[in-house]
Amino acid sequence: MKPARSNLLLNIMLLAAVAGLSGASLMWGETRIMAVHALADLLAGRHTAGAIIVGQLRLPRMLLAIMVGGTLGLSGAVLQGYLRNPLADPGILGVSGGAALGAVSVFYTGLMQVSVAALPLGGLTGALCAAVVLMGLVGRGGTLVLLLAGAALSSLAAALTALVLNLVPSPYASFEIMHWLMGSLTDRTFAHVWICLPGVVCGTLLMLSAGRVLDALTLGEDVAESLGFRLHGMRGVQTRIVLGAALAVGSCVAVAGAIGFVGLVVPHLLRPLTGYQPSKLLVPSFLGGSLLLLGADMMVRLVTVGTELQLGVLTALVGAPFFLARVIMLKRGVS
Amino acid sequence: MTLLQAYDISFRRGDRAVVSGASLTLARGRVIGLIGPNGAGKSTFMRMLAGLLAPDCGQITLLGHDMNRITPIIRARQLAFVPQQGELPPPMPVRTMVGLGRLPHGQVNGHAVHHPAVAGALTATGLLELSARPATDLSGGERARMNLARALATDTPVILADEPIAALDPAHALSMMQLFRQQAGQGKGIVIVLHDLVLATRFCDELVLMDNGAVIRHGPATQVLDDDIMRTVYGVTARRVDGAVLPWALCR
Repeated sequence: MKPARSNLLLNIMLLAAVAGLSGASLMWGETRIMAVHALADLLAGRHTAGAIIVGQLRLPRMLLAIMVGGTLGLSGAVLQGYLRNPLADPGILGVSGGAALGAVSVFYTGLMQVSVAALPLGGLTGALCAAVVLMGLVGRGGTLVLLLAGAALSSLAAALTALVLNLVPSPYASFEIMHWLMGSLTDRTFAHVWICLPGVVCGTLLMLSAGRVLDALTLGEDVAESLGFRLHGMRGVQTRIVLGAALAVGSCVAVAGAIGFVGLVVPHLLRPLTGYQPSKLLVPSFLGGSLLLLGADMMVRLVTVGTELQLGVLTALVGAPFFLARVIMLKRGVS
Repeated sequence: MTLLQAYDISFRRGDRAVVSGASLTLARGRVIGLIGPNGAGKSTFMRMLAGLLAPDCGQITLLGHDMNRITPIIRARQLAFVPQQGELPPPMPVRTMVGLGRLPHGQVNGHAVHHPAVAGALTATGLLELSARPATDLSGGERARMNLARALATDTPVILADEPIAALDPAHALSMMQLFRQQAGQGKGIVIVLHDLVLATRFCDELVLMDNGAVIRHGPATQVLDDDIMRTVYGVTARRVDGAVLPWALCR
């Protein structure tokens, strides 16, 4: 099969799987409802129990799973392609840490009592501040400066988050913070969707526009520049990629907490299916990330016994063994 | 017709002058060999010629236009750069890797790999039969040819190559130099950074010899390379073989 056609087929299959799981996600839950009827009621503006459950609980949760999973998968693929490092993940920029710090500060100051939107808005503010500091630090610097700046920012955000945890007066608040940091989509509403949406849309568009440069970068930075791409500086591709990933990932962490391994695992799984061409990996990574998070969120609901398992815990539980398996396969391949 | 011209260009890194007052003129159909010992400033000079590094002073013109005033994409359509062999490519098919040379023309994926220039580049470099193979499966010599094929696929009048034969065995090095010569025969202007003085003498129309950042001699090989230069610039005594000089023994 021609590569272009096989890539289209992969995208169609992933899209169909996302659509299927999205439907299942609307139907699946503690309360059994007919999702079709509930959706019809919701669209008609009838306040039935089904319409309320779907409209206020399951639909925003499903939309956030698609947006957050897709963003994490896409930003993982873009950053791995740009840094030419298969271990790069969205957390490498330090923006996730900034979002977590912003949200934790909201817990600490008690602003959560003011509005349900205070927590994600705090996370978003933290992410944007971290992105501005990152851009200022990197300036015209290259990938090494970007990596060092991201590591420094991550460490600083982690240290400040630990400080807040240390200073928080109530053990209950401390528990709440720890719980939030594990990442979850439980009890998210449309307010969270609207807060997350602008950053995800702008960031995704910026990242998708970098496909051709990522292909050129497989030949090295000098060749990519000689092929007519401006890599560094304010008008360079690096700015576009960092800004896009920071906006999208920051917005997602602000509403869903830190969900690890999606950005790392999804591009790894899909890369062989896209002929190892970075530009062809972008859309499948978005869809694959959505699929993984939709599945993980359903799994979280399935395995609930008493306390609901946090989504970030499940993705880490699945992601870590995947990497162990990769290490074993790599060792066998080498030997 | 002059394709590429550098006038008196200089570049400093901190207090050190890496290139000082270097000039070069490349005409259509000519192959220029940029030679000199390690650290002479050849690669920095080459990166400035390729537009990857802006000189501190001096001027570079590409097809009569000031390099500073043309956009990167216009420059990329006129000048292709072949780097030193460095990192391993990803396991993408050779044809796709060569097709990336069409990026400056806005052609990607399917449009790029089926462009006649890509087929022409694969044929010219003898890679047509290997075009479906992953780039990671190629030998060093085949990879060097793939890099050149990518540059040829862009179909530019100027090709700059930085030590393209540095890691190749004699047969592959010879075949690469023949390829460059063939391309010059089709009207392209080519500048190659070389350390092999025998191949430089045999395949280049003109040699530009650099030492300590400056161009100290340029012209036909017979005028540029002599016993004195071999001793003072390279620190070796030389033996003459059919008009070429062969580094023979270290100076005491």
